[in-house]
Amino acid sequence: MSEIATGTGTGPVTDAQGRPLVGLNHLTPAHGDHRTAGDGPVRTDEDPRAVSDGTAGTADGWAPEPDSASPRGHGRRRRSRLARAALVALGVVVPLAIVVVWHLVTTGGLVPAHQLPSPGSVVDAGVDLWQRGQFQVHVAISAQRVLAGFAIGSLLGLVLGSLVGLSRWFAAAFAPTIGAIRAVPSLAWVPLLILWIGINEDSKVTLVTIGAFFPVFTTVAGALRHVDPHLVEAGRAFGLRGLQLLRTVQLPAVVPTVVSGLRLALAQAWLFVVAAELIASSMGLGFLIIDSANNGRVDRMLLAIVSFAILGKLTDSLIGLGEKHLLKRWT
Amino acid sequence: MATITTAPTRAQLSAAQPVRLDSVGRTFDTPQGPRTVLREVDLEITPGEIVAIIGASGCGKSTLLRQVIGLDRPDEGAILIADAPTHDIDPRVAIGFQEPRLLPWRTLAQNVALGLPRGTPDVVGRARVAELLALVGLEASAGLRPRQVSGGMAQRASLARALARNPGVLLLDEPFGALDALTRLKMQDLLLEVHAAEPTTVILVTHDVEEALYLADRVVLLGNLAHGAERSVQSVTRVPGSRPRDRASAELAALRAELLEGLGVTTNHTPAPDPDAHHSI
Repeated sequence: MSEIATGTGTGPVTDAQGRPLVGLNHLTPAHGDHRTAGDGPVRTDEDPRAVSDGTAGTADGWAPEPDSASPRGHGRRRRSRLARAALVALGVVVPLAIVVVWHLVTTGGLVPAHQLPSPGSVVDAGVDLWQRGQFQVHVAISAQRVLAGFAIGSLLGLVLGSLVGLSRWFAAAFAPTIGAIRAVPSLAWVPLLILWIGINEDSKVTLVTIGAFFPVFTTVAGALRHVDPHLVEAGRAFGLRGLQLLRTVQLPAVVPTVVSGLRLALAQAWLFVVAAELIASSMGLGFLIIDSANNGRVDRMLLAIVSFAILGKLTDSLIGLGEKHLLKRWT
Repeated sequence: MATITTAPTRAQLSAAQPVRLDSVGRTFDTPQGPRTVLREVDLEITPGEIVAIIGASGCGKSTLLRQVIGLDRPDEGAILIADAPTHDIDPRVAIGFQEPRLLPWRTLAQNVALGLPRGTPDVVGRARVAELLALVGLEASAGLRPRQVSGGMAQRASLARALARNPGVLLLDEPFGALDALTRLKMQDLLLEVHAAEPTTVILVTHDVEEALYLADRVVLLGNLAHGAERSVQSVTRVPGSRPRDRASAELAALRAELLEGLGVTTNHTPAPDPDAHHSI
């Protein structure tokens, strides 16, 4: 980790999760081989390329003229797109199989319906709630709480994370306190927030904000502390300082990490919205779960759970799409 | 390039600055106690001169360059550029590092633009960047990202970035050290072309004695204080002849052997009239 993080050039990019690299290889087919080979132990990516420059003789001709690389790139890209489609299809197989087994188990009478209703009855419950206009309201209000809390929390996380990541004094003063607050379980906040803010939207959005804040705060602070010191020094050598240095070198360098922090924050926001809605609420998917539990409507509970799964996955995929674009731009 | 782009820069081109190091010393605090890496460095460099600094690892070559640009401050002595003591990062000085250190999210052109003086008008800056990219032979690669180009091309972009501010003093810290042998030779010639086109004072740190003799007017040999050297500068050698030099010159071969001995390398050199076979390229 540290080896790669302190490497030159594109070093810090790969340390994010290892994940971005796959995307990069797709985008730069001409260099895919170099990067995967040289990624681990080598301190700089320059070495393999330097060799190519010399031995190829036509240093400039070899260079990635987009035209010369594309014919090969197209074929490979088409093949890789097919491969990706196959992988996506494979990812659908497992949930389908789960539904089929679920169906067989319930219709076969292996499990009593009051414990596990069949997939069909869950769908029926969904259609029923939809026709009453309740399902949409539950989903909309939960999504609204998640998005509002996510927006506020990640913004706060970005600001405070930058301060802690860039200033040793700020880190010394605030990092321990923030770390301790982070250790408080989400449900523990609920009664206090209700007492302070009241039984309303604000207290629920506040809880989601707390949940979204920490992943962004932690990743931003950590990433800024580990920006390639070589790049920062180069920026300083060319007269950049303070906010200019932050804007030109440090913030762009942490974009990939920030995006993965945002992804974590969104997932955490969905976790916290349930905590907020389980207690003292009258709307939302979390309320639907607790209300159905009280009424013995297992089908509706399952409906809410499946809805959480799908909504969480959908919003995460949206961020994932944005992530891909950002990685292309900033690495 | 069109005359329009060269006209505004031409006036600044004669701005090669003299550099004077006045008994510069630098001591670092380490867990093992204070460690002096530079002691009593006295050096007078005339405008437009190319001075190579050689020395074994750990003798303070890079530290010396960092003092000149202001990334680090000397504990003793002073550094004067055009008779004015330096303070903080000096805008008249630019540096090229051993690694290209290009920002990976910027194109080569945008990376070169980073070296422009603050507040350069957009139009002037764009023209200057185009001019520099042409100078280092990268005009066709201006829109590429650093990860899309070879190490030699990245290093050329780094050189162009350093030249962007028309530096009065250009510092190069083992600029070609990470390149393969052939690319290194090409880059050396490129540096001489650039120096001819935009004369500036150059201080070049290198491991490579041959490179020092090929490029420099004078070669400064630094000794390692940790290995008992009294002061940092061991010798200053004026390289005979004028550039471009004959890489296979017998005179340079003798100098090369002398400097290598100074670095503690046994050369098995016998001063013979016939040229060294292994030295020719």
